[in-house]
Amino acid sequence: MTTTLTSTLTAPKPRFSSPGLERGLLLFPLPVLLLVFYVLPFLGVVGWSFSLPTPGIEQYQRIATDPAIHEMLWRTLRLCLTVSGLALMIGYLLAYCWVFSPPFWQRVVEICIFIPFWISVLVRAFGWLIALRSNGVLNNGLMGMGLIDQPLQLSRNEIGVVIGMLHVMIPYAVFPLLSTMRQLDQRVLMASRGLGAGALRTFWQVLLPQTLPGILGALIMVFVFCLGFFITPVLLGGGQTVMIAEYVFLQMFQTSNWGLGAALSVVLLALVSALIWVLLKMTRVNRLVG
Amino acid sequence: MNTHRTSLSTRLLSVVAMAFMLFPLLTVIPVSFTSKRFLSMPEGNWSLRHYEALVSNPDWFHAISQSLTIAFATSVIATLLAASFSLGIWYMRSKWATALIGLVLLPMAIPPVISALVLYFMETKLGRFAPGMGYDTLTGVVIAHVIMVVPYGVVTMLVALSQIDRRIELASRNLGASLMQTTFMVILPNLKLGLASTALLGFALSWEEVAVTLFITSVNVDTLPKRIWSGLRDNVDPSVAAISVLLISLTLLVLIGRLVVQHLADKRAQKLQHS
Repeated sequence: MTTTLTSTLTAPKPRFSSPGLERGLLLFPLPVLLLVFYVLPFLGVVGWSFSLPTPGIEQYQRIATDPAIHEMLWRTLRLCLTVSGLALMIGYLLAYCWVFSPPFWQRVVEICIFIPFWISVLVRAFGWLIALRSNGVLNNGLMGMGLIDQPLQLSRNEIGVVIGMLHVMIPYAVFPLLSTMRQLDQRVLMASRGLGAGALRTFWQVLLPQTLPGILGALIMVFVFCLGFFITPVLLGGGQTVMIAEYVFLQMFQTSNWGLGAALSVVLLALVSALIWVLLKMTRVNRLVG
Repeated sequence: MNTHRTSLSTRLLSVVAMAFMLFPLLTVIPVSFTSKRFLSMPEGNWSLRHYEALVSNPDWFHAISQSLTIAFATSVIATLLAASFSLGIWYMRSKWATALIGLVLLPMAIPPVISALVLYFMETKLGRFAPGMGYDTLTGVVIAHVIMVVPYGVVTMLVALSQIDRRIELASRNLGASLMQTTFMVILPNLKLGLASTALLGFALSWEEVAVTLFITSVNVDTLPKRIWSGLRDNVDPSVAAISVLLISLTLLVLIGRLVVQHLADKRAQKLQHS
């Protein structure tokens, strides 16, 4: 750091060139492109929410009063919370094994997370459809073992949506937890065991409090991803469990109610921004404390 | 014992979780070899007919070639934009940098369904000024994919740049090189791996993008993920299973390739340290 600083201070001014212009040419194409093709159109969508089909706040009033929309919003929150909670528990287990297992196990855990992570969500949703259908792998297996005599309804309902979303979200829960656990001083855990605390007590009183910031961070991140998630819920829900993202899609392309689609997007964005704001606040506090 | 270790019961529990992660990838494989015309287990009659259908059916071929074109163009443009922007930020060192990075990362932070709606709005308007570039055109899809993919490229490039010793820039400038000479002859040669990862990531993300594509295309553009999507929503045809198995194998190959490249790079770094 000091060397960089002193060499910066003592460096002679470059002899020829106007670096300001050149730097600008490097820097600005991307922000300008995004302003024109993304930020301005976003304002256009906000405009739609106040002007289609008639000018006014009619669409927002509808969101506030329509019981069908309330049911959809409630379902979205319920399913997203369920998925984030489960993804966090399973993700915690996997991150813990990734960090504290012998090297061979670490490799196995890493592979089992990275391979599905890099495979298209479409292919994964398809895999679950095959597994969960009424004459699918899981039902046939359970009936073959004589555990059930009627196929269970596992897809085209909320169970299917939760399973499919969970599979996509687990890696996103693992990654932030990994970095928290790697920063943890392992000697604290050993000290706890050495002083006679059992495995469960060490978990509740030492590991869990120490990794709490990572847990909250992972929870918010996964929850935000769930809220805007579209592909897997549509495929595994089979139209029976419409959540906010699918609802927006239907408003746009089936009922052509663009104003309502736009207004719901604005509501969703407000919610997500609030959550991201909390997340940023938390990381800043962590940095101050840590 | 000088480190904390997982217990046997924890590891057994994690095996269940790992089985859950791999399960849906494995169920696809047998179905792709069924000899029947509908989704089913092969039950002894293994057949390659659904793989043949991928080659003989021009729709699949068309979708794959459009996807390849889009992913290639997206990857090139997004890499150029991300590299140029990140270099600009790296040279600038000002308090505005954070705000600019925040702006550029927006499409990554905003839920994809909102981005899809925004891009749909943009492309229907753009189509009025430039009919070849807006809604339901290849160029339109490339523009939208670049916007969705470029934040990931910027993150990759900024990470790669943070590992470069700033003194090589100062040395180059002190020796009289212009900013462009420094960029092309000193900085970029040190960023080869970062540029390659950015390009690969851009290609992969565009190749599998479907949510935005569904919003901004109708009949003219048919990417591979869009075809799989409609294959899954209407009556499911086992050739979707065949293409899924191919995609899984492709992902495995790329992952193995990356591991090999990383291993070689690590080895070279070790050798340099020893010499």
